[in-house]
Amino acid sequence: MSVIYVLLAISISVAIVFFAAFVLSVKSGQYDDAYTPSVRMLFEDELLSNSKDSTNEKEIKLTKSTNQ
Amino acid sequence: MIVSKCYHCGDDCNRTKVLFDEKEFCCNGCKTVYEIFTTNGLSNFYDIEERAGTAPNEIQRKYDFLENQDIVEKLVTFNDEGVQVVNLSIPSIHCSSCIWVLENLNRLNTSITSSQVNFPKKTIRVTYTINDFSLKRLVLMLSSIGYEPYISLDEYNKKERKVDRSLTYKLGVAGFAFGNVMLFSFPEYFEVEEFWLDRYKPVFRWLMFAFSLPVVFYAGSGYFVSAYKGLRSKLLNIDVPIALGILMLFLRSTVDIVFDLGSGFFDSLTGLVFFLLLGKFFQQKTYSFLSFERDYKSYFPIAVTKLKKNGDEENIQIYKIKIGDRLLIRSNELIPVDCILIKGMAEIDYSFVTGESQAVFRQSGEKLFAGGKQLSGALEVEVLKSVSQSYLTQLWGNSVFAKDKVTAFQTLTDSIGKRFTIGILTIAFIATAYWLLHMPSMALNVFTAVLIIACPCAIALAAPFTLGNMLRIFGKNKFYLKNTNVIERLAKINTTIFDKTGTITTTEKDTILYEGVALTEAETALLKTTLRASNHPLSRSLYEILKSNAIMTLDEFQEYTGKGIEGRSKEHSIKVGSASYVGRNSSDTIASTAVYVSSDESYKGCFVFKNKYRQGVGKLFNSLGEHMQLGILSGDNDGEKQQLKKILPENTDLLFNQKPENKLEYIKGLQKDRNVLMVGDGLNDAGALAQSDVGISVSENINVFSPACDAILDASVLSKLPLFIKMSRKSIQVIKLSFLLSLCYNVVGLYFAVTGQLQPVVAAILMPLSSISIVVFTTLFTNVLGRRIKINES
Repeated sequence: MSVIYVLLAISISVAIVFFAAFVLSVKSGQYDDAYTPSVRMLFEDELLSNSKDSTNEKEIKLTKSTNQ
Repeated sequence: MIVSKCYHCGDDCNRTKVLFDEKEFCCNGCKTVYEIFTTNGLSNFYDIEERAGTAPNEIQRKYDFLENQDIVEKLVTFNDEGVQVVNLSIPSIHCSSCIWVLENLNRLNTSITSSQVNFPKKTIRVTYTINDFSLKRLVLMLSSIGYEPYISLDEYNKKERKVDRSLTYKLGVAGFAFGNVMLFSFPEYFEVEEFWLDRYKPVFRWLMFAFSLPVVFYAGSGYFVSAYKGLRSKLLNIDVPIALGILMLFLRSTVDIVFDLGSGFFDSLTGLVFFLLLGKFFQQKTYSFLSFERDYKSYFPIAVTKLKKNGDEENIQIYKIKIGDRLLIRSNELIPVDCILIKGMAEIDYSFVTGESQAVFRQSGEKLFAGGKQLSGALEVEVLKSVSQSYLTQLWGNSVFAKDKVTAFQTLTDSIGKRFTIGILTIAFIATAYWLLHMPSMALNVFTAVLIIACPCAIALAAPFTLGNMLRIFGKNKFYLKNTNVIERLAKINTTIFDKTGTITTTEKDTILYEGVALTEAETALLKTTLRASNHPLSRSLYEILKSNAIMTLDEFQEYTGKGIEGRSKEHSIKVGSASYVGRNSSDTIASTAVYVSSDESYKGCFVFKNKYRQGVGKLFNSLGEHMQLGILSGDNDGEKQQLKKILPENTDLLFNQKPENKLEYIKGLQKDRNVLMVGDGLNDAGALAQSDVGISVSENINVFSPACDAILDASVLSKLPLFIKMSRKSIQVIKLSFLLSLCYNVVGLYFAVTGQLQPVVAAILMPLSSISIVVFTTLFTNVLGRRIKINES
């Protein structure tokens, strides 16, 4: 039955890994701006590459954003 | 006239319509931005949101100071090996199109490696290489596409501010421990005499103990600190019983597991701290794009142009200005220090400092004060005082600005906390005494149980959730508060003082009356054409008002700085300007702002500019006047006195020509027996706003900066002010009701505690139940109140 020690150790270490991930994400500033990424995500398809020749007509499908 | 909207910024294109690419633009600036966007493949801008642009302002040499490397060094956050990173604040960021175009800046210049927008803060972080690029060019580029960065003295002094994330960490720790401890204590809730459970009990208990350590000593540390501070200043705040409860929970539980008396209350302990922190977190809502702490530094430029002895111009940092320096002040620049005018005609708008809206004229040799804005033409001045000793900046030396209104105010929760703590301690001691007499072994158990169960978790949650939610509701209705404490202070207000100019009047003086001989149609057309060429604020507003569509070509146009303008078309000429300029005897001029007109050298008449009151001001005074004393405190002249008297209730104090420090003293005098709300708008009200119990700053555009205050109110909802005050009072009632509710829980809990039957499972149920029901109750109630604001609207 001492397997319970193993199980506890595993469960706690998994929990601690997630906790550490949380602390790291807070530290890196991910929670500082919770709004802009939500908008930026919608533009992901429209981010333009930096190649100079294809300036204008790069058939870009536009998803008309409906957020306010 | 058909009103067409600019394809770029959505403004009306009445004044000058520019046609380009089959699209209409309101000005050349907007057309240029459109051109830049389309030629660089950024035309998606117009597809994401329609007419989302901002018309660019004209800037010429405003940013020359960015050539000074010392200043650049201070502004950039990273500068190494040819790469610079800078954080710029751009007030005109307002929609998703802005984010998109600003994050694609590298399309406009390849030196820019990346740019990232923080929308709530309205800032952009740009990384660029400085081979053939510079901060100045970046700023000019941003300005040319309508996103002019705001660079002020404030920015210059600002060290990269450390973001305080400790509350998020604490909340994370408490939540993490709470979840795990709950799981570990679950088996023991069903205290069954089971072999394996019995055998591994100590393991689980010590694990729970281990998890509660960071909760008590890290996450809950704030409560101990606050309770200690309260006790030292002889205040029984709400944190005293909370700290006592946390401590008792921890000690009792530890003793329990050490002597194998029970499983302890670790689940309640971690849950309690978690819920308390959650309340704090909810209350912490901030409007990061607004600043409530601004002083003159946010308004002042970073650098000015200094004239060297040999006539060369040099951009120097404002703090480096020395007495005796010669400075060049260009049109529309702020005068940063007190000085003497050497060369040029000064037309200074002191509305910043005094609230007086009429510009004053100064001749060379006269003294100019810091904070004035030169309206037309360049000036050469000699410095008399350094920045920190100038007239305007001295106001900030007043001790009022160091005072913290939040700590000085005793909140409802704290005042309840005092009585609560005394009550609980009394009950605890009486119960202990009783048990000492009857069954001494139970006495300690009962004593700790009372302190544990009475821990005012629900009471401590009532205010944060009620006020936090109210703060959000106010925010949605364009009333932005600095913190939740303002609501409590607002509920106690019984006197309201208004500033006049810019607060109850609109900032644009657009009621214009004409006095004199009527102008013929040809004259009006000529007048309008002449005005069109001038950039003077008065010409602009007069231009907007004049009803004439005929645009003629001018043969001659002259602008005489500080005097007026002259236009000539064929044989007719027209002069617009000050009384003396058009040949009018200045002795019979009027006190209000006026523009005089003469046609072909003969005097015609004058346009008198009147303050226009904001919509619903009369109603606002009426409904406020029913409950409280009102007052007007204006820095302006008393030209409007009669008109104001008509719309204000009787026995209202009307004070005019008040200097900033007069306003402060007046509020101070009132505060002896009243709670004063000050409603103002400019820097000249800063002292009064700081001194008052609640200082509200009215702003037509909340992105434009307002002085240090407790709340910022959008000018369009000024008439709702009485409603906001009423809502604040209602919120206090909601808090009181939830206090009653949580007291009921406490009574139930106390019954278990006093009779010595408090089981961990009872505490574990009662604690979250009371907390959650309080949160639900307050949130529902405030939302119902919030809906009422909307109903009143329609």
